[in-house]
Amino acid sequence: MGYSGEKLQEEKVFKDPVHRYIHVRDRVIWDLIGTKEFQRLRRIKQLGTTYLTFHGAEHSRLSHSLGVYEIVRRIVDDVFEGRPEWKPEERLLSLCAALLHDLGHGPFSHSFEKVFDLDHEQFTQQIIVGDTEVNKILLRVGRDFPKKVAEVIAKTYKGKLVVSLISSQIDADRMDYLQRDAYFTGVSYGHFDMERLLRVMRPREEHAVIKQSGMHAVEDYIMSRYQMYWQVYFHPVTRSAEVILTKILHRAKHLYESGYEFAQEPHHFYSLFKGEVTLTDYLKMDESVMLYYFEAWEEENDAILKDLCTRFVNRKLFKYVEFHPSNSQMNRLMELRTLFKKAGIDPDYYLVVDSSSDLPYDFYRPGEEEERLPIHLLKNNGEIRELSRESEIVDAISGKRRTDHKLYYPADLLRDESTKKNIKKQIRKLLELSD
Amino acid sequence: MFKDHANIINAISTAGEISGRKKLQKIVYIAKKLSFPFHEKFQFHFYGPYSEELTLRIEELCEMGYLNEVREKKAGYYQYCYSITDAGQDFLSIQEVEMPALEACLQDMNEQNARFLELVSTVLYFDTLEKEEVTEKIFTLKSKQKYTLEEIDEAYEYIEQLKTKAKPN
Repeated sequence: MGYSGEKLQEEKVFKDPVHRYIHVRDRVIWDLIGTKEFQRLRRIKQLGTTYLTFHGAEHSRLSHSLGVYEIVRRIVDDVFEGRPEWKPEERLLSLCAALLHDLGHGPFSHSFEKVFDLDHEQFTQQIIVGDTEVNKILLRVGRDFPKKVAEVIAKTYKGKLVVSLISSQIDADRMDYLQRDAYFTGVSYGHFDMERLLRVMRPREEHAVIKQSGMHAVEDYIMSRYQMYWQVYFHPVTRSAEVILTKILHRAKHLYESGYEFAQEPHHFYSLFKGEVTLTDYLKMDESVMLYYFEAWEEENDAILKDLCTRFVNRKLFKYVEFHPSNSQMNRLMELRTLFKKAGIDPDYYLVVDSSSDLPYDFYRPGEEEERLPIHLLKNNGEIRELSRESEIVDAISGKRRTDHKLYYPADLLRDESTKKNIKKQIRKLLELSD
Repeated sequence: MFKDHANIINAISTAGEISGRKKLQKIVYIAKKLSFPFHEKFQFHFYGPYSEELTLRIEELCEMGYLNEVREKKAGYYQYCYSITDAGQDFLSIQEVEMPALEACLQDMNEQNARFLELVSTVLYFDTLEKEEVTEKIFTLKSKQKYTLEEIDEAYEYIEQLKTKAKPN
């Protein structure tokens, strides 16, 4: 038996707070977990800056990746195995893709990618097909195997059922992160009966469908997604931290481009600033490294960088007011910018509108001109129906617009009347803050 | 601030009206690949490059009253048409959007059908691969669309035409 079919002498198990145990029997999976690229995920938090709002949210992308692997393992070994639509030869491919699907995430992914115009999915691809420990292991399975794993994650693999296991509107990725994020944030939303969902899943040529009898379990899953988005992922305090983080990175980049001499030289950032980041540079960057710089930059001479880093490290976040970008509000925003400048507070860094569309977590939507595959229910007579046509609950919340904009500002600076007292008073009035 | 929103409004304003979400997604994706400054992130979904971020932004712009969305019933599905509103025009007038070469590209793309734009966007998605491999991908991933070799050649030619139009004078 070759490497691809090699089993460990004894099954290894990882204790996991969400799935109780994560079971590993395949040598390939065990070896992949031990690679330095996979271990790096310990130093990337699953929820980025959310720990500044929900202090328990310190869980890593590594634990999420193991969770996704475990869910896919249960689906293929316990539910799909033996069914005619399932190809057993795609088992290892599915497990590897599940385990490695988030491999390319950078530190505080969202802001980091926005500022430096990067895409973690491209780095995931590069890690899998490039000169890495992960690639060496995958190559031992087969010459084309790394490419196939990369294609599944990029959703360009020909076998759509395999792709749908880790990337569809009801996939192992979401099933794990909803439960894991709920557990670690401590919120009471996000829970649903995953065991039931897995039991009623059935493979079809292009995707898995859910037996009609499991519709209520799917409703629960959709509701938990909906609640988690608004209660956790879009939390205004987390967004405040995200705004400050983004501004730190913008400021550091701006300073580098203007020839500023850093007291703490940002060696790890140079290739990012230049837009010439290599895979080696990228893999050296994690949240421990980034937080080290933020702490060091608290001592910088540049007042803005120093202040923003101090805010982030010590959780002195911006406050916010609701903002509806109507034309009158846009005029008010322009007026505020002018007053901020007069008060000596740079509005480019200290007056920020954040929109919910800046954080693209996807809501359940029924099919839209075939862009996204909806969730399908398998009825007792064999007919397949889109979920929202059968479920009134899902129909009530699917594809419904709910947008949200907030205007962030440093309340402490505006209340400091040691300088520019009158201008700050005008600003507070415009922001409708009490004195 | 609101630069990304303004870029999308500007694109729809320049095109006049865009019929269909799929068409809108493909137009923005192709424009982005031509190096116009659209920052929405696209991923390959079952039917080609798709941006959840763009979907959310469009929803937001409709809710803000800057875009008008009209739902039309087609055979078996609904099609959504987008155009700019007066409030959107006002909003755009206070934003600085400078993309002079975009107009010719957008108008040209808007004259194409969604099926062809889907092919063009897929070719661009795999632009690091050799043409032979791209063709194979299209036949495998988009087998239901039944694209022909001639259509794939046309898509390549079309991309070259667009690149010429996108070049600043």
